[in-house]
Amino acid sequence: MIYQGKQKIWSDYQKEIPDNHWFYVRSCIRQSFFPASEGHFVKIVRDLLGKDLYETPHHTTCGGIAYHSDTIPQETAMTIVARQFSLMKEAGYKNLVTSCITSFGNYTEILETWREFPELETRIREHLWKACRREFDKPEYVAHASDVVYKLRNEIAEKAKFRLVNHETGEPLRIVEHIGCHYSKMFPHKGVGGAEYPCVLSGMVESWGGKVIDYPERRHCCGFGFRQYLVKANRGYSVSNTHKKFESMEPFHPDLIITNCPGCPYFLDRWQYVISEQTGKTYGQNGHGIPALTYEELAGLVLGYDPWDLGLQIHQVGPEPLLDKMGIAYDPARKYLGLDEKDIMKPGLPTVLKCY
Amino acid sequence: MGKLYDELCKDYRFKEGLHTCINCGTCTAICPAAEFYKYDPRKILDTIQRKDEAAIEALLKSDTIWYCGECMSCVTRCPRKNGAGLVIMALRNLSAKLGYFTYSEKGRQLYPLTKALNYNVLNLGYCVHPSTFVFEDHPESGPVFQWVLEHKEDVYARLGANFGKEGPGALRKIPQEDLDELKAIYDETGATERIETVEKYSLAKAEEMGMTPDEYLKFTFTHCSKGHFNNE
Repeated sequence: MIYQGKQKIWSDYQKEIPDNHWFYVRSCIRQSFFPASEGHFVKIVRDLLGKDLYETPHHTTCGGIAYHSDTIPQETAMTIVARQFSLMKEAGYKNLVTSCITSFGNYTEILETWREFPELETRIREHLWKACRREFDKPEYVAHASDVVYKLRNEIAEKAKFRLVNHETGEPLRIVEHIGCHYSKMFPHKGVGGAEYPCVLSGMVESWGGKVIDYPERRHCCGFGFRQYLVKANRGYSVSNTHKKFESMEPFHPDLIITNCPGCPYFLDRWQYVISEQTGKTYGQNGHGIPALTYEELAGLVLGYDPWDLGLQIHQVGPEPLLDKMGIAYDPARKYLGLDEKDIMKPGLPTVLKCY
Repeated sequence: MGKLYDELCKDYRFKEGLHTCINCGTCTAICPAAEFYKYDPRKILDTIQRKDEAAIEALLKSDTIWYCGECMSCVTRCPRKNGAGLVIMALRNLSAKLGYFTYSEKGRQLYPLTKALNYNVLNLGYCVHPSTFVFEDHPESGPVFQWVLEHKEDVYARLGANFGKEGPGALRKIPQEDLDELKAIYDETGATERIETVEKYSLAKAEEMGMTPDEYLKFTFTHCSKGHFNNE
């Protein structure tokens, strides 16, 4: 009976995720900073696992960053999203999957607001018609791309070439996860595990052989804060919050940080560089940083894709210590080559953080 | 224009964000902004609940409402299902509409944000895009991203993006017909008017401060006075 009770409670933290027929909308930040992550998401879901994932070149930004930087009214953000729904209707899809946590939060907030205030939905339908002569249906399901990977995590595990295990010691890698604020802090029931028991990333880690490390500031913001990063004068806020997380996770000696939101891996990567330049401190072993990867990059490594095809060379924290632990072979000479092995020189090196 | 409190009540984020605050301070305890900035969301909700017009006007003209990072950590924890972050969004919206944002240093940052983000949305179809990401403004992006920006075409092609080209894929060129629809949405829903309002009040403030528009843009993007942080 007690077990049934727990099962019942846990069911509140589950999320229904359809396993096929997705309308895919991209992320401004992920495309700019982790373009190969989106490429490999499509490759894994569509090409490797044979799912139906559709993208139209006519979709645009959802406007989420402009909205959360307070530069556009709420009804503008809602009408841009309504246009994305219209494109989905045109294409004949009902399941929307977004590559961005800000977008996921934006879509979710809009649908929940319309549910509570139907007159606002009516007004947005009028706006969209007047502006674009478009109509839309609301999606039946909205998921973040990580929900889809979570859903498919065991299929990925079956095809894995590598596991999240130290190949020399046989011990599981120690991994911290960061699910991103707008995934489930606003609407906990819309995220797998809610805000209290986030398991969208930890589920992947455990399926692929790693060990999830809990730490005190696990749920703290990465420090983006929209205007608090975008305006140069405010970046003290951003780095201070990320620093708080690093200090909290440091005693647990993580091998890796896995992230959900496209912005979080940028901040968890680049602020390690900045902290090292400012204070001389590094958080990895032997002067390295802690690699901060997207979940698509981690899935790609597990499946045996080349680290340089996955784009790990455009992180500032070098991935080599992680690749060595996992026993993944890589060619250092190819790390910074362009398309068709073109020589496009190499980036400069940080003064403190060890990189290759 | 009615009373400020009445104006706030028209905002759906205000309707959703402020029910009955019991001033427990949980929002302040969890808030990433409160830890570093002189910022206390509990006090802000307290001020608004008093419906004191002078106090609300002072808030709209203050740095205080611009310290929040809109992470919405407060929404999860509030025992009464309020959202201080949502209330902040409504306050910022009203401050922008009335031009009160130019009274504070952090508020004046709305000018560079409005220019940069809306340029990207309306001209590129993205909020953030490598073609307008300037390394000198983002030294924290590190030498690796300086290299990426110097070799954009090659690096993005190497990583499988469809950079600046037609068709689907990462960083594709958004067709003009879709950018035209975004512009029509801006015109219809008040974003164009908002951009013009922010520009009008900002340029007036620039003149008052004895700066050219370009000097003001750069100054508001980079200048941080002492006194914003808890440890100052």
